[in-house]
This record gives sequence, C-alpha cells and structure tokens, in this order.
Amino acid sequence: MDWYPLWNSLRIAAISCVIVFFAGILGAYYVARMPRVVKGLLDVVLTLPLVLPPTVVGYFLLLLLGTRRPLGIFLMQFGIKFVMTWYGGVVAAAVVAFPLMYRTARGAFESFDETLAYSGQTLGLSNTYIFWRIRMPYCRQGILAGTVLAFARALGEYGATSMLVGYTPGKTATISTTVYQLWRTGNDARAMYWVLVNLAISTVVLLVVNMLERRNDRGVRS
Amino acid sequence: MLSVQIKKKLGAFSLNVAFEAADGVTGILGASGCGKSLTLRCIAGIETPDEGRIVLNGVPLFDSEKRINLPPQKRRVGYLFQNYALFPNMTVEKNILCGLRHQPDHQKRREALNAALDMMQLKGLERHRPAQISGGQAQRVALARILVSQPLLLMLDEPFAALDSHLRGALQIQIKRLLEEFSGTALMVTHSRDEAYHLSQNIALMDDGAFLAVKPTKQLFANPGSVAAAMMTGCKNIVPATKTGEYEVEVPGWGVRLVTAQPVQDDVCAVGIRAHYFGLRVQQNRFAVRQTDEMEEPFEWIIRFRFAHQAEDTPDVWWRLPKDRRPQEMPPALGVAPANVLPLYPPHRDAGKGGGNA
Repeated sequence: MDWYPLWNSLRIAAISCVIVFFAGILGAYYVARMPRVVKGLLDVVLTLPLVLPPTVVGYFLLLLLGTRRPLGIFLMQFGIKFVMTWYGGVVAAAVVAFPLMYRTARGAFESFDETLAYSGQTLGLSNTYIFWRIRMPYCRQGILAGTVLAFARALGEYGATSMLVGYTPGKTATISTTVYQLWRTGNDARAMYWVLVNLAISTVVLLVVNMLERRNDRGVRS
Repeated sequence: MLSVQIKKKLGAFSLNVAFEAADGVTGILGASGCGKSLTLRCIAGIETPDEGRIVLNGVPLFDSEKRINLPPQKRRVGYLFQNYALFPNMTVEKNILCGLRHQPDHQKRREALNAALDMMQLKGLERHRPAQISGGQAQRVALARILVSQPLLLMLDEPFAALDSHLRGALQIQIKRLLEEFSGTALMVTHSRDEAYHLSQNIALMDDGAFLAVKPTKQLFANPGSVAAAMMTGCKNIVPATKTGEYEVEVPGWGVRLVTAQPVQDDVCAVGIRAHYFGLRVQQNRFAVRQTDEMEEPFEWIIRFRFAHQAEDTPDVWWRLPKDRRPQEMPPALGVAPANVLPLYPPHRDAGKGGGNA
C-alpha cells in the first residue's frame, strides 16, 4: 500500500494552511483600513479564487508560473519550479484556500470593538501587543474557524492542483488526484479506499468546526 | 492645564473647538452628537484633527504647523470609555497590569497593582473576567487600570451612562472623591446637567461642534447668558424679549414687562425663568395667570399655565413646586423675583476663549 498521497496531501494542506493563516489575517486587517474604493476593489480580487472554477485558477497560475513565462523563468534561475512539483501543490492550494481565511478573518475583525484597541493605545500598549494579545484573542473563534475551513479546502484541492502539478505517483499525487486517476484507470476498489480516507478526514474537520461554533454560541464574552 | 484649538471635518459635521481647561474637573455638557466624544478622541490621539494644536502642561501633543502628532501611547492621557473597554480575554488583574507595562520592576508593579485593587475595592475579584463582574465593578477596574498608568490628563466619557440609575448616585460620590485626589486636569463629557453640576468646577457648553462657553459651574447655572446655555442648564421657560429700560424687558409673547436685578444690555434677545422660580407670594413681576394642565412627579408638581395676555403661538409656561407647597386652588396671579429673571443674549457674547461659533 502506497501511503504517499495521504502524506503529500497532508503536508500540502498543512503548509498552505500556515501561509494562508498569516496572509489571510494580514490581508483582512489591512484591507479593512483602506479607503472605500480600494477596499472594494481589493476585496473582489482577493475573493475571486473562491468563486472562480479551480481549473481557471490553475490556468492563471500556469500563465504566471509556467516554465516559459517571465516569472517562471526568473524563479528557475534559483532552482525553484512550481510546475509539476509537490510544492507547486502548496501554491495552488494556498491560492484557492486564501479567500476562505481572508473572508472569515475579516468578518471576525469587523465584529471587534475598536474602543478596546483605543483604550489599549491610551494605556501605552504597543500596536503589536494590542494586535496579538487583544484583537486576536477577541476574534479567535472566527479565525480558528477560518483556519479549519482553509485547511479542509486545501486538503480537497483538485482543479488548480491538477492544472499546475498534474499527477505523478510518488511525486505530486494527492488524495484527490489519486482518486480520479484510480477511477479513470478502472481501479474502483482502490479509489473507494481513498474516498473513505478522505471522508474520514473531512468528517473530523467538520466536527472541529461545529465544536468551535458551539463554543462561540455559548458566548465566552457575552 | 490643557489648551485645545482644533478643527476637524467629518462628512457634513465640522468640529471647531477652542478652549482651555485648568487643573481640576471641566465638564463638557452638550446634546448627543454635538462632538463631545470626538473632541476627546482628538485629544487622546485616536482621531487626528485637520488643523490646530493641543498642548498639555506645556507639551504639544498635536500641532499641525510644527507637524507634531504624538501617538496615543506617548500622550499620557487616561481615557475612560463609555463602555469601559475592559479587555474581555483578560482577568481583572491582567487588565490593570496593562496600565503598568511602563513599570519595568516586577516588585513595584505588584505593589502598584495591590494599591489600586485596595483603593478601588476590587480585592477578591482579581481572577474574575469582565463578563463576570457588575457594571459598577467594571467601572472601578477601568479607572484602576487608567490611574496606575499615571496619566497627566484624565478624560471620562459619559462615565455613568452604562449604569443603572440606582447605582449612579453612589458611584458619582466615589468618582468625585477620586477626581479630587487627582492632581492633573480632568475632562468629563456628559449630557446630564446634574452630573456636570455635581462633579465639575467648570463647565464647557458644546453645541453643534463648537464650544459656547467655559464658565465656573455655579456661575453658569446662576446666569447662563445665552439661550443655548440656558436650555442646556435646564431652563424651561425661555421666551424672546426686548429691552425697555435699564432693568426692564418687554416679553411680547407673554404680554408682560419684567423687571430684572441685573442691568439689561442693548442686545438682549430673550429672558429665561427657571420653572422653580415662580412664587405664590412674590410681589414683583406679578401677573394674572390661568392653569392649562399639570403633571405629577414623585415629589413635585409641574403646573403649566398661561398669562392673561399671552400670545397664541407662545408655549405654556412651566412652574415646578414641591408637593407640600401646592395650594388648594390655582392662585390667580404668580410673581417672580427680579434676580430670577435671566437676560439672555445671542451666542457670540459668551463664546469661549478664542473661538466658538461666532
């Protein structure tokens, strides 16, 4: 039994989740402070990957990072190649999962009571301290929920991943691309096996989300 | 000592304030939405004025010409927010320690914390979270947190608005004591004239983004000077008037002439008479009246009446008297002492130092 797809899927999901966690929070924090017109525009651009078909996102990524494209050629000089590599899968998953984190974090930040930040400032607390010790804890339910959603989305990524990194057993194969390959080659029993693995992971993720939401309902901060 | 002279536009609203506040408590009294809180936020550095300067004890906090704009962290301005703004994820103790992060010495920090807990009667609540304590306790925690940070200026934004009315009295006395011990300048924003009267030595009246007057509290209530000031200090009867003599005005709306105790200036535009000041046995300014309706309060009667020759479009006159002083029948005439007839002038006459909405 080759466990590589599971391992590869988990590492891609985990790494892209960490990237998206910080990028989403920073994006949410700064976009909320932009002038209204810029805010509206950035909001559209940053949310697009959520509504575009993942294959279209993958197509854009190929346009950007393809080995015959300027940025792709430039990166090749440093030995970095996102096409047909497992870390290309990280890029694809991160781009597709980003809007989930960004939007949930923004919702959480918008519910934040700004007078808390102001009173922190007048008490002499640094803006960094206020961000990590007051704003983030206040918004932690929303941010955790966003993180879990982003992780789940990254784990299930298929469209953009197959466009950018394809399916190479032992190299770029993830659970979702493996299921498709096995089914396409008539290996239904093995495909079913990976489907069950995927179901198990997704169930756990959803249970975690529900748990977080219930804690939120109980109103830690009534 | 605080000196403020700032302008700021926010959409259709424009703030244009200039005032000086001496050490002690200055109350800022005005209707909601008149720019009281915005003024405080500009002083704290949360909002940036478009132009002007803010100087605290000789140190400029903001100066648009010299391009000085200290961040809130460097201003040493304590700000008690209306909702107290306690950090919900921290215990009472941690909240207060937030005001002590400037103190590097651990031992001294503990001492200051314990002193604050003692002073604000918060012993035993150290491990509680803001959601687990009462409104009065939350206010004390917020004050403790501010006081340990040793501010040079204290600003209280509607300190009693979030409290049940029966708690207000006791807390007002507590805050009054605290403010008396505080050596610097304090500003207190309120829309309650009772709170302003009780707690502040000076009162700044604010209306539509501008200061009308900064006056000693007692003087302001005794002689408001302008129509807006009279209204804000709770004067119920304000009616247009013109000068007819050195100590006499004509009130066409009431069809009477009133004698005043203070000399009347040429540009008098109205007179104010507080509802308490009509008297059954006062012989001066005595005119025939008839009652139109009445309202009962727990300890007082409010009787509304009209003068015999009162103009149709002039509203009823308010008379307020304690229950035990109410006569069996409405008297045929009421008087008012000349000292209680307050001549009122257009707003520019009593504008605050260096500005106002002239």
